[in-house]
Amino acid sequence: MTTAVLPLVDHFALGLQSPICLTWELTYACNLACAHCLSSSGRRDPRELTTAECKAVIDELERMQVFYVNIGGGEPTVRPDFWELVDYATAHKVGVKFSTNGIKIDQAAAERLAASDYVDVQISLDGATAEVNDYVRGRGSFDTAIRAMENLAAAGFVGFKISVVCTRQNIDQLDAFKAIADRYRAQLRLTRLRPSGRGADVWDELHPTAAQQRALYDWLVRNGENVLTGDSFFHLAAYGEALPGLNLCGAGRVVCLIDPVGDVYACPFAIHESFLAGNVRSPGGFAGVWRDSELFAELRKPQSGGACASCSAFDSCRGGCMAAKFFTGLPLDGPDPECVKGFGEIALSKVEPGRSPKPSEDHSHTGKLRNGPVMLTLRTRPKRDCDENPLAGMTPAREPVGAGR
Amino acid sequence: MSVSPIEAAGPAPFGPDLPYELHPAVEVRPEPFGALLYSFKTRRLSFLKDPDLVTVVRTLADHPTASAACRAAGIIDPIRLTMFERALATLASTETIRERPS
Repeated sequence: MTTAVLPLVDHFALGLQSPICLTWELTYACNLACAHCLSSSGRRDPRELTTAECKAVIDELERMQVFYVNIGGGEPTVRPDFWELVDYATAHKVGVKFSTNGIKIDQAAAERLAASDYVDVQISLDGATAEVNDYVRGRGSFDTAIRAMENLAAAGFVGFKISVVCTRQNIDQLDAFKAIADRYRAQLRLTRLRPSGRGADVWDELHPTAAQQRALYDWLVRNGENVLTGDSFFHLAAYGEALPGLNLCGAGRVVCLIDPVGDVYACPFAIHESFLAGNVRSPGGFAGVWRDSELFAELRKPQSGGACASCSAFDSCRGGCMAAKFFTGLPLDGPDPECVKGFGEIALSKVEPGRSPKPSEDHSHTGKLRNGPVMLTLRTRPKRDCDENPLAGMTPAREPVGAGR
Repeated sequence: MSVSPIEAAGPAPFGPDLPYELHPAVEVRPEPFGALLYSFKTRRLSFLKDPDLVTVVRTLADHPTASAACRAAGIIDPIRLTMFERALATLASTETIRERPS
């Protein structure tokens, strides 16, 4: 703790025996269709890991002493074996923190959760008001989340998490989010919007402005350790004082993602074949992927700063987030798109539109959901001057052939 | 996780001449730099960057006092011993280790 020579962060950058924190998305199925979903979730993948395969992964995590997993999705609670897997994990000394939109957190579920020391819950909320939240998460999703929080608070669950993705629309609600957390004796967790999954489609509209980033940084410095960040704002360390946390990109070094079909990616925000390290169904299992994958070995080598190496802030921000760069079409050894020195904007202006990589997996709902976010409809509305059908006013006597469903 | 008022009151101050043990809710994972500790009770992650400190923490329960555990691990230099006791005090305040009923 106080006696070492090398800073801990240097050890972490070279990789650990097992991940500190592992994200496991149990399903791509989801009752919502959030505009910025990092995993492009919606429909269940038929190749999803079975209950037995999930239990085998948990056995491995126990052997590797992975202390806890962050379970997500999709909406993990819609898996029929969800509670069975949670119980199996905690019985095998693998703690569970799961993210949910709250759909299944009724009174009974809340009581069950409050009774366990090994399970933590994170309710997603992307607006402190229904108007701001439902704009990206879909109609009714604010009420669902609040109902879940009420149930948890009533059951005596202290310190569950409220997880907020910071956007241009909600940055001025930070105090209001904190008030909601205090009201339910919960803890606020703020994370960074990434251009991952469907997030790439709405990035330009949702990502915070430079002035908002500064306001967010100042707010985080003021509120310190009481607010969790999942270490996701380390690129803001370039403003000066580092925020609490490890302040490094942990991809493949201290974190990774297992997706619903067992694919292991370097981080939850990097669902793309370029960051695919292997699959838990392979003979070596998850441990084999973590310890022997070529991709992870590459990530654990000392990294050069590339274009950022000569910047005075490089030692603080380490060039920022790999996934944010990748999905905005920027080189991995250059500035983050939200570089606080403004180098990201310059780099972005040189990216040819439409040339950024697309995620390898897309499980979005194919039809429009009844409760889907409205912003997508607004975004796809045709321009005024070209929406006039050249046949406007002509009413065919009957439906043209092939128009039936 | 529900918290009772008694638990919320926090642990007693650390005393090097008292008996200690690793908190039963804490797991220790060896790593090249030392060890990673996680408490299922507080959900707190700690890092021990000194392999000797890892030995001390793991063997606390085998010795009559915390200082005895340090000495048995070869920590005899007074400056180093003070540093170790300070580190153990931090671990006690975060309920990573706890006083053992003697």
